[in-house]
Amino acid sequence: MKGKLEEPVISAPKLDMKMAAEVERTLSPGADGGRQFDMDDFDILDAEQGADARSLELKGHVGFDSLPDQLVNKSVSGGFCFNILCVGETGVGKSTLMDTLFNTQFEDEPAAHDVPGVHLKSKTYEIQESNVRLKLNIVYTVGFGDQINKEDSYKPIVEYIDQQFENYLQEELKIKRGLHMYHDTRVHACLYFITPTGHSLKSLDLVTMKKLDSKVNIIPIIAKADTISKNELHKFKIKIMSELVSNGVQIYQFPTDDETVAELNATMNGHLPFAVVGSTDEVKVGNKMVRARVYPWGTVQVENENHCDFVKLREMLVRTNMEDLRETTHTRHYELFRRCRLEEMGFVDDDSDNKPFSLHETYEAKRVEHLNELQRKEEEMRQMFVVRVKEKEGELKEAEKELHAKFDQLKRQHSDEKKKLEEKKKMLEEEINLFNKKKQAAMAAQQQAQQAAASATQTIPKAHKKKA
Amino acid sequence: MSSQQGFTLSGKQFEALCAAFETADVQKRGSIDVQIVPKLVQDVLGSSLAPSEKDAIRLRAESKAKKGVLYFADFVEVMSETLQTTTQWGKLTTTLSGYVGIDTLQEQMRKKALKRGFEFHIMVVGGSGLGKSTLVNTLFKAQISRRSCTNESEGTIPKTVQIKSVSHVIEEKGVRLKLTVTDTPGFGDQINNENCWLPILEFINDQYEKYLSEEVNVSRKKHIPDTRVHVCLYFISPTGHSCRPLDLEFMKRLDKVVNIVPIIAKADTLTLEERYAFKKRVREDLEFHGIQFYPMKSLDEDEEETAINQALREKMPFAIVGSDREYQVNGKSVLGRKTKWGLIEVENKNHCEFALLRDMLIRTHMQDLKDVTDSIHYENFRRERLEMHSEFAGPTPPYHEMGESNL
Repeated sequence: MKGKLEEPVISAPKLDMKMAAEVERTLSPGADGGRQFDMDDFDILDAEQGADARSLELKGHVGFDSLPDQLVNKSVSGGFCFNILCVGETGVGKSTLMDTLFNTQFEDEPAAHDVPGVHLKSKTYEIQESNVRLKLNIVYTVGFGDQINKEDSYKPIVEYIDQQFENYLQEELKIKRGLHMYHDTRVHACLYFITPTGHSLKSLDLVTMKKLDSKVNIIPIIAKADTISKNELHKFKIKIMSELVSNGVQIYQFPTDDETVAELNATMNGHLPFAVVGSTDEVKVGNKMVRARVYPWGTVQVENENHCDFVKLREMLVRTNMEDLRETTHTRHYELFRRCRLEEMGFVDDDSDNKPFSLHETYEAKRVEHLNELQRKEEEMRQMFVVRVKEKEGELKEAEKELHAKFDQLKRQHSDEKKKLEEKKKMLEEEINLFNKKKQAAMAAQQQAQQAAASATQTIPKAHKKKA
Repeated sequence: MSSQQGFTLSGKQFEALCAAFETADVQKRGSIDVQIVPKLVQDVLGSSLAPSEKDAIRLRAESKAKKGVLYFADFVEVMSETLQTTTQWGKLTTTLSGYVGIDTLQEQMRKKALKRGFEFHIMVVGGSGLGKSTLVNTLFKAQISRRSCTNESEGTIPKTVQIKSVSHVIEEKGVRLKLTVTDTPGFGDQINNENCWLPILEFINDQYEKYLSEEVNVSRKKHIPDTRVHVCLYFISPTGHSCRPLDLEFMKRLDKVVNIVPIIAKADTLTLEERYAFKKRVREDLEFHGIQFYPMKSLDEDEEETAINQALREKMPFAIVGSDREYQVNGKSVLGRKTKWGLIEVENKNHCEFALLRDMLIRTHMQDLKDVTDSIHYENFRRERLEMHSEFAGPTPPYHEMGESNL
């Protein structure tokens, strides 16, 4: 641990360190410089140990005043992370504002207007300043406000936020978990960009903010504020705030319980929503380079408090309340989500002694139930399958029989015809034989006839001779 | 850890990855060997990674590798996952061209911590008469121990080990600390000391149980009171030889449950050479039995930490002399023990190592003690507790595998 050691203060005079004695009481002002304690201060020093708390005088320097340093050093070496969600219509200046806020070029191509639905695009960067490393995750909405039918525009945003909470919850519920190394992606701040119409909030804005206010810290800002004149701006802000209040939208209020920043935060709360102008172009004004937007009629300087509230936004978001935003997300929004989700899953807080059981037991019970359900369905499907198979088999058997029958029939037919043919063949052969015999007989007869004719001609000359 | 939906690398980050990949892919095959991936990641980031991170990277690379090589798309995935889990991005850090103000985060965090206050729970274990109460009083420079502030009669030695806690709130320079000290009278005092560690073990586990049941509630408190034991000081009797069997038994059973800091009590009975030899033997004994005392070697993450902790480990167990009486030395008022042959100054580093113990316990490692208790010991307890319970449901496959059936 990289703590610093201090020299043991042996020679310190008897320091009169009176401290907060019994647990529930407020110190009289004057004893400790007039510090105000309220119940929240004693989150830890709560009621339960009232009987044992004693007032103690420390007789010397002990050294645990380095505890905050130890804590901070640990966190610094681990690095911080911060997740911002920018919700606003296309072209309202979200990426430019992020660039301006963090003094860098996060470089992005501008989004198109013809995206079919709303979706979210997230990018992660790491920035470092002195020894503080911050992992910054910026999520932009793409296509918000571009559709013709915007009824469902808020849904992807709510889903995204819920998904991050869900991931964290899953990690927290695991048996073997690594919460300390977990990359926290829960959205810590939502910058809602209001288009500078100058009249009032659009209904899309109201609906979206109403859906988001219990899930994330909303900081509404008026974008491209250089299109509104000062008077209009004042009226616009009042109108917006009154609409938010009348619709019951809970935006993030900067905390006023820490006396060092209470005053500042209270004033800032009165300036909401911040009217900002973003720009990454640098222009020479006077003898300094400042970020500004140049118009033919004048130059709007980003960091000039008379021109826009950018400095206020940066002060509040980054330099004063970043840690509070993270803490509120964890202790309020996440806890609400967790509670709803667990109740959804069927867990109930009973005051029995089996609390660790109840969570896991119910979880297990549900899982077993689900498994059983699945098994039952499997059985059903199996049964159905078997029945179908049988049916098919039956059908096939039938078909087989038919085929066999047909085959037999054909065979018979075939043999019948064969017989017939053979008979015919025999008959034909007999006829041929007969014919041949006849032929032979005929030929023999013819030969005889010829011979007879020949001998007759021979005898005639004989007869002639005789006569002569 | 799966990559989030919609997480894309910026142009500059992508270019850096491409460049690194191409230089590594000497043979232009379009793929690189799995073995060199951790080193490559380190080069891209330009900063050194902890060994645990390197292992994680290697595992990821191996799970994605095909036939021992990693293609570019997979390499990008491995890098994305690594980037999400670490905050040491080194060269991939986006440069700022002006002051933004995020370094005020330290201040913001400190303010919140101050407002919240701190808690710390020490347990002291050892035979009676070893100076436990005196030591606690000396550490916090106030009459903290039970003996000093309760009105119990201390004559009788209890028949079993008892656990007695006392809480105080002390404040220094605006920092409020709720300190709980738990004493264990009766430890090691009986004739038959078998299982005398059981009540202590039970007590520690009870604190974990309390915390777990609060954590598991559906509606939780904003801040769960942390009564878990953060450190257990174990007093070794200065026999001069080596650890007693009871010492070893106790520490063996408790070192996985709580941070144990062994100390040699009443060290003014040992000369410096005896002290040195005794310490060496004790350390060897502990190592031989596999007892890990705080600060634990396996938890050192970077070189700086290892160096500091190693130096501490080599001096432990600290030889302590405690006293709450003050005497005048050279015009200064010091805590010490006066004997006929001299005055032992408690806070003098030449006389005893009390100052080292106090520095480690309070000034440098207090937060770390709490963190180790929370992230290691408590998590172990929680895991075992939940696993033990899920055994009743039978070995069930993880959720995503339930889609498989045998049709």
